[in-house]
Amino acid sequence: MSCPTSALQSSSPSALGSEEFPGPATNACKLCTPLGACLVYKGIAGTVPFLHGSQGCATYIRRYLISHFREPMDIAASNFAEHAAIFGGRDVLHSGLDNVTRQYRPELIGIATTCLSETIGENLPQLLHEYRARTAGAADQPALVHVSTPSYRGTHIDGFHATVRALVETLTLDCGSRISDCELERPSTNTPAGETGGAASGGLAIRHPLSAIRNPLALFPGFVSAADLRHLREIVAAFDLPVTLVPDYSETMDGPSWAGYEPIPAGGTPVAAVRALGQAGAALECGRILAGEARTAGTHLAKLGVPLHRLGLPIGLRETDRFCGALELVSGRERPASLELARGRLLDTMVDGHKYVFGQRAVVFGDEDFVIGLTSFLCEIGVQPVLCASGGRSRRFAAVLRATVPELPAKTIVREGADFADIEAAATELKPDLLLGPSKGYSLARRLDVPLVRCGFPIHDRLGGHRILHVGYAGALHLYDTLVNALLERKQENSEVGYSYL
Amino acid sequence: MPTAIEILPARTAAIAVAGTAGGPVECDRHSLAGSVTQRACVFCGSRVVLYPIADALHLVHGPIGCAAYTWDIRGAQSSGPQLHRNSFSTDLQELDVIYGGEKKLERALTVLIARHQPKAAFVYSTCIVGVIGDDVGAICKRVAAATGIPVLSVASEGFKGTKKDGYRAACEAVYTLIGTGDTAGISPLSINLLGDFNIAGETWIVRDYFKRMGVEVVATITGDGRVDDIRRCHGAKLNLVQCAGSMTHLAKKLRDEHGIPFLKVSFFGLEDMSAALYDTAKHFGDPSLLDRTQEIVRTEVERVYPELRRYKEKLIGKKAAIYVGGAFKAFSLVRALRTLGMTTAIVGTQTGDRDDYAQLREMCDAGTVIVDDSNPLELAKFCLEKDVDLFIGGVKERPIAYKLGIGFCDHNHERKEALAGYVGMLNFAREVHASCCSPVWQYVPRRNRKAEGLNAEGLKPEEAIS
Repeated sequence: MSCPTSALQSSSPSALGSEEFPGPATNACKLCTPLGACLVYKGIAGTVPFLHGSQGCATYIRRYLISHFREPMDIAASNFAEHAAIFGGRDVLHSGLDNVTRQYRPELIGIATTCLSETIGENLPQLLHEYRARTAGAADQPALVHVSTPSYRGTHIDGFHATVRALVETLTLDCGSRISDCELERPSTNTPAGETGGAASGGLAIRHPLSAIRNPLALFPGFVSAADLRHLREIVAAFDLPVTLVPDYSETMDGPSWAGYEPIPAGGTPVAAVRALGQAGAALECGRILAGEARTAGTHLAKLGVPLHRLGLPIGLRETDRFCGALELVSGRERPASLELARGRLLDTMVDGHKYVFGQRAVVFGDEDFVIGLTSFLCEIGVQPVLCASGGRSRRFAAVLRATVPELPAKTIVREGADFADIEAAATELKPDLLLGPSKGYSLARRLDVPLVRCGFPIHDRLGGHRILHVGYAGALHLYDTLVNALLERKQENSEVGYSYL
Repeated sequence: MPTAIEILPARTAAIAVAGTAGGPVECDRHSLAGSVTQRACVFCGSRVVLYPIADALHLVHGPIGCAAYTWDIRGAQSSGPQLHRNSFSTDLQELDVIYGGEKKLERALTVLIARHQPKAAFVYSTCIVGVIGDDVGAICKRVAAATGIPVLSVASEGFKGTKKDGYRAACEAVYTLIGTGDTAGISPLSINLLGDFNIAGETWIVRDYFKRMGVEVVATITGDGRVDDIRRCHGAKLNLVQCAGSMTHLAKKLRDEHGIPFLKVSFFGLEDMSAALYDTAKHFGDPSLLDRTQEIVRTEVERVYPELRRYKEKLIGKKAAIYVGGAFKAFSLVRALRTLGMTTAIVGTQTGDRDDYAQLREMCDAGTVIVDDSNPLELAKFCLEKDVDLFIGGVKERPIAYKLGIGFCDHNHERKEALAGYVGMLNFAREVHASCCSPVWQYVPRRNRKAEGLNAEGLKPEEAIS
């Protein structure tokens, strides 16, 4: 690509992405909020995502997600025309919901706004109230959940978490959770960021006797891959805990070949299971940036009396240890043998490969919580992160990252609100040995002539991006093998001798 | 679970069957609310047309999504600058929406023009700009005066019509460049190519044929495009419009205001590619030009025909579904599939007009489903009913085909294979062959449904709508 590097360097502000009025973006390292909303809705069984706005938003998001997941990705829209933009979108919203109900027969329609409907001030609660009144008594009416996702506020990650929250808040209220049964002010728990010990320790509130939990664990995994969701389910099952994942697109977005067309692909978390979350035995919410948010799905459940554990994404050894620690506490069981073995394998491999990776300089980019997990892992294996960048703008990225990974060198550059021009400017000076992040970093890797270890979202230039495993001991092991082999391959190819035995 | 698919009543008039009576296909309408249209928006129409102008800065004025989703997504190649492959956005934030985005736009333009030194800048308005009322035109004028390059406003607010209106807005913007360059030295045998996007180098393939004919190509406006070529393209003597849907508006303006006639052509398939070359030669009326054209067509067809015939033997009788953006491509594909011995069972477009659908009805075999502005459920239903072997479309259609165990050929702008010209026809045949004849289909559930007692839609008889 043509971006002259020197020109890009001149644009790189030294501040850590904290400008009050950020400038233009060149090759953004983020996507818009409705994308996150649509993916979450895809993780609820029988649900059709529905964007209230122009049809282009739905079409672009569909194309973007299809290129990553390679699965059908139907997103309906109210398909605004000029008339709706001027006089309001009541008619197109209502007829759109009618048409989706008729053609897809969904259990739930997940509605998200766009910048257009937000800016003209559409009153979704009112419009949906009218729609519910109009369709009251009709058979097979879907449940309606809506979330406000103006794309000028936050990123796809904010849209993702806002939608998880909207689902949980709306559906648990719908079913009249036993708020009266709960102690409303039960303290939520938060594993201290930066804790370096093995498991999440003391202070976690437990509602039930440790071994007696039969109410499911509510698990809010964050924006992870389909393979990650499946593995998280396995990990929790190993502790013999029932679990409700919100969302769970492990099957809807990574399903089998079909004999006939499935308007709504099978899989996803049942709506009834989300409704029942007020009765959850405990809640685990992954994401250290997310843990700083005042209102989330997790805090909502905490208000209903569900003990809340706020952890990081379980990426790497220590974050997975903490995740398992929380599960030990919730289940009252020791870490099961299968996970003990997986952990041992990871450690064994980290020893086998330690010399290949020690001191290698890495640039890490992607979503904030994802970068925090990866950075923690890299520091565990002896890779030196020289730049940790995200397009997210939580205003606490650096602080949370450093608290989670206290050994991160002070000179490591941490940038939030970064775009790929910023990342390129910094990376060109830093001369890293490798990049880690989504495939949007490929052109940079090509210019720097270093390997890109593809992980996170999106992966648009390889098959199986949605099946990359990042979480748990098995995920760390997979990342480790991939990273070491990328370095070995580069070394082998650049070698004049070309040894076949390394 | 597979489910019987119902067509929405409001959509039935947009569907017709060749060889049967019935009114014209309803088209040229705004998409039905709640229908998962495969169309995009006005912004997409503009962005897609102007994208390959490689030495211009393309700044998307709005929140981040519209720019992020169009970053380096197309296979439109450039022989020189690669500036168009970047994604520039004003990345509007909440405060910008409240206080207006004009200052931010002006600052963004100034910074980016200084940094990248483009020959021109296009500013695309997105939905929100149309609502908050930024005076984009005034800022473009001011920045143009300050920087000395053309800065062009593209009125592409997503909700202001359909993708076709976006094409029109793009034509209007690019038209303001035309007529500002020196036309000295342009040959009397000269053309512009409109609506070829140089996907995988297709413009270069076609350009070479014209070069061998002795016809000068002045500007390839929308493929490997350059601002300076566009400025002087009014000096050409004929315009060839390949993507009629997007560029006919510009061709008409050039005809009405610069007196340049235009021909609608297509570079896909042996027949249409040859027709394009012959029509051009006939237009200029030079007998030696016609001779050279015949020679080129003969040489090129002879070069590819033996291999094509081998593919035809394998593909004969196979059925295809076509769902593409514009009707001209659909016409070409129907003919190209015939060249390969295949039939078209379903053909649809996002932006066809009444005449286009009338022509499709006439040229397709009886029983072919013809559809405007379709959606995934309809397309899946037709594919199952017609039991097609191949689907030709874009990325959004791919999972529909693959999930049902149907071969797929990407004929959209994201593809990286050249399908235009004679060599393109060979590439097309290779791809169709590779997909239709893969051994994987014999294992997929849909192909085994008969053994499991399922009907064409993959349903048990009792589940089907009676």
